[in-house]
Amino acid sequence: MAAPDLRSEPAPAAPAPLPTGRGIELVLLAFAAVLVTGALVLVEANQEQELTRVLLFVGLAYLGLFTAAHFAVRRFAPYADPLILPCVALLNGLGLVMIHRLDLAEIDQALALGRDAPTELIGRQVAWTAIGLLLFVAVLWAVRDHRTLARYAYTAGFTGIALLALPGLLPSSLSEVNGAKIWIRLGPVSIQPGEFAKILLIIFFAAFLVQKRDLFSTAGRRFIGMELPRARDLAPLLLAWGMSVGVLVLESDLGTSLLFFGILLVLLYVATERVSWMLIGITFFLGGCVLAYHLFAHVRVRVQIWLDPFADFSGSGFQIGQALFGLGTGGVGGTGLGAGRPDLVPFAESDFMLSSLGEELGLIGLAAILVIYLVLITRGLRSALAVRDSFGKLLATGLAFGIALQIFIVAGGASKLIPLTGLTLPFLSYGGSSLVANYALVALLLRISHAARAPLPRRPAVPLPPIAEAGTELVERPR
Amino acid sequence: MNTPVRRVAIAVMVMILLLMTNLTYVQVVKASDYRNDPRNQRVLLAEYSRKRGQISADNQILASSVETDDRLRYQRQYSDGKVYGPITGYYSVIYGSSGIERAADSVLNGSDDRLFGRRLSDLITGRDPSGGNVVLTLDPDVQQTAYDQLERKGYAGSVVAIRPQTGEILAMVSTPSFDPNPLASHNSEQQNSAWKADESADPPVLINRAISETYPPGSTFKLIDTAAALSSGRYTPDSQLTAAPRITLQGTNTTLENFNGNACGTAATASLKDALQRSCNTAFAQLGADLGEQAIRDQANKFGIGQSLTIPMPVAPSTIGDIQDTAALEQSSIGQRDVALTPLQNAMIVATIANGGQVMAPYLVKEIQSQELDPVETTEPDRLGRAIDPAVAQTLTQLMVNNENSYSGAGKITGVQIAAKTGTAEHGNDPKNTPPHVWYVGFAPADNPQVAVAVLVESGGDPNDLAATGGAVAAPIGRAVIRAALGGGQ
Repeated sequence: MAAPDLRSEPAPAAPAPLPTGRGIELVLLAFAAVLVTGALVLVEANQEQELTRVLLFVGLAYLGLFTAAHFAVRRFAPYADPLILPCVALLNGLGLVMIHRLDLAEIDQALALGRDAPTELIGRQVAWTAIGLLLFVAVLWAVRDHRTLARYAYTAGFTGIALLALPGLLPSSLSEVNGAKIWIRLGPVSIQPGEFAKILLIIFFAAFLVQKRDLFSTAGRRFIGMELPRARDLAPLLLAWGMSVGVLVLESDLGTSLLFFGILLVLLYVATERVSWMLIGITFFLGGCVLAYHLFAHVRVRVQIWLDPFADFSGSGFQIGQALFGLGTGGVGGTGLGAGRPDLVPFAESDFMLSSLGEELGLIGLAAILVIYLVLITRGLRSALAVRDSFGKLLATGLAFGIALQIFIVAGGASKLIPLTGLTLPFLSYGGSSLVANYALVALLLRISHAARAPLPRRPAVPLPPIAEAGTELVERPR
Repeated sequence: MNTPVRRVAIAVMVMILLLMTNLTYVQVVKASDYRNDPRNQRVLLAEYSRKRGQISADNQILASSVETDDRLRYQRQYSDGKVYGPITGYYSVIYGSSGIERAADSVLNGSDDRLFGRRLSDLITGRDPSGGNVVLTLDPDVQQTAYDQLERKGYAGSVVAIRPQTGEILAMVSTPSFDPNPLASHNSEQQNSAWKADESADPPVLINRAISETYPPGSTFKLIDTAAALSSGRYTPDSQLTAAPRITLQGTNTTLENFNGNACGTAATASLKDALQRSCNTAFAQLGADLGEQAIRDQANKFGIGQSLTIPMPVAPSTIGDIQDTAALEQSSIGQRDVALTPLQNAMIVATIANGGQVMAPYLVKEIQSQELDPVETTEPDRLGRAIDPAVAQTLTQLMVNNENSYSGAGKITGVQIAAKTGTAEHGNDPKNTPPHVWYVGFAPADNPQVAVAVLVESGGDPNDLAATGGAVAAPIGRAVIRAALGGGQ
């Protein structure tokens, strides 16, 4: 553990008003609104819809929604990173445009076949966006200091595991959609509790690892220049691994399983700063892979599809085959928004959002989207670097890396880089749980970035005995 | 704790970089493979979602697209499918396209550069993007007459009619023909069964005999010999040639005889004029041998034989073959051995004579129109060069008038002077027991030519008629077509 991180920085001599960056945020949000409105106009034009002033109002409503979020940030976390919210707004907006675009295709198709037009997904997704933004504001309002979360670490942990396990334990009729038991179906609303469990478990692990960090850092035996942890300290890793395998067995959800294991491994590595944990983790991972391959038929099928999606194009390879056709047809420049046929890919609006965007926006568009994600993630990691407390660092790293890994798994899966697993592209894909949970996640990132950037003197200078200074974090230790 | 966070940041960047690299592979390296994969329907769906332009001739719509309520938005429809099928071609989801549908695809689907301005305005005004239209040079009356003439008698054959001064193709018929409508069906079952029936039909129906099949021209080739002879300056219509009923080919024991073994008139020699009128093989074999291979080949090439043409469909090149010795030259001079012409080529030869010796490139597309039927480009007649001097053309015309007036046979038109030549060509592995291909080529009116025609009937139109001749079988068809072209109705 590097010493400087533990010490509070000296207060600035003259507390000149620091730039909050809120102005930049508002300008960038307006820019995102222009881009999203432009995308919507393109879709309407290419889909031969009437170009009316309504589009302008839709764009303004979108701007209004995010301006409200902006004012909440201004009020509750004035020093938060100014780039995070505009990135999220742009991704969310592009996702909404694409979902609307796919709605139009579905309606076209239904009309052509003489069926009734299907319910548009866009309405629900807009509602989920609103709910997500409400939760975003609520989290900013409720969590005034991210360190308080550490107090609820075990509560968060148990709730997280319960949420994660619940769909696996419920009867399939209440939890299974398209072969994956990851849902809780409550009447018309389906919730994917795993999305929320992700955040809760990151909170738990961050707090837990900060608390027990010294324990795990204790050197065990040395092995090829590396210090191995003691066998009994492997417990958290085993827990993470067990959880992932459990998810896989109970819920047939390869993606979530991989996501959790990856996040927890990275948290362990950051907390202990020991590469050996990574290596052991990867060994566990590989072992798990081999085991899963031999034990589960659906895992074997996934791997075969990945190796050659065109071997069984009309059957199991259809999704990924169509996605590749879509991406290939899009090429470098794309067909233009609304001018392609992304609707040919099953689940074009959720798991295969990447190929939908890739077909119509091309490689250039996808690269731009990936860069927006990269900005979002690196701003999160930057907050982790800048924030002063270990829990904040771990939490921000976990949350930011969680987004990164999720993108890698879903985008890599849809473009045949890795075997396909069902996950959503954060903010882009259709799906309420994912959207709402990710808004909560971003609220936490903003909260941490606020803590990182806010001028120090805001904390009352309570006279503390000198000895307490070294253990600042212990003050925050959950009781 | 900051070092590992930095490393995590690097790892994230590597992950994003991996994604981008892989996407580059998929969207750039593999892009055309994926785009053109037959299982990728995107290109097809895009093609069928746009309203394809129509094909028309003289205000009669031959092919057009109509909106459907199935997955593919527009379906192709053909009026008089069988009459025009070999020209319009088909446009099938499974079996691709042929004919004008294929040759003028870029115009019909709207991607042609000449339609760029229109596309731009479609984009701005938000009009439904659609393809351009193609107007053909065909005269529906002539086309219908030619088709009926062949089809009524169940002939397998071809008729080509050309306007001599321009090269406009007024009729181009190939029988038996096919109906492109079931091939354009959006029901794959229907497409399949129609395709199977068409593909296995005997005689074949999916070929356009006028441009993709070559046939021995027989005696019609004597027009080229005569043109070469007159052009050489060493011959006049009165020059005397042998009248022997049969000769032995030079350097062989093979005999070559006149039709039915007749002598060419009663004297020992016959004039070039009479030899052409009676179509004496021995006289022309001798004439060819005297002129030499080069003279015959040069004259044939000047008429367009051996050239690759596009009208805009590609035309199979006609040929006079490799002439290796004098015997071969003698046989080739009467349009046998390896000489093989498309009906279009034979029509071009008489059209050239009718046009005073100037070869005109034959063409089918008269005009390209925008979707609102505004002309975008009109085809200008294209000269391909001079085959013979006007004086030679004049003399040839007189000789052909003399021919026509000596022919018996049905369908003569009172008041219209036709200039013509018939042909009866042996073919197959057992030529003596196979009915010959019969030809009739000509133009009218002789003094002011309006139309040049070539008629070919495969195997005399009757598998048992070993005595079929151009004069008896093909000439009446040619005259009927000429009558239609001159506005005489049927």
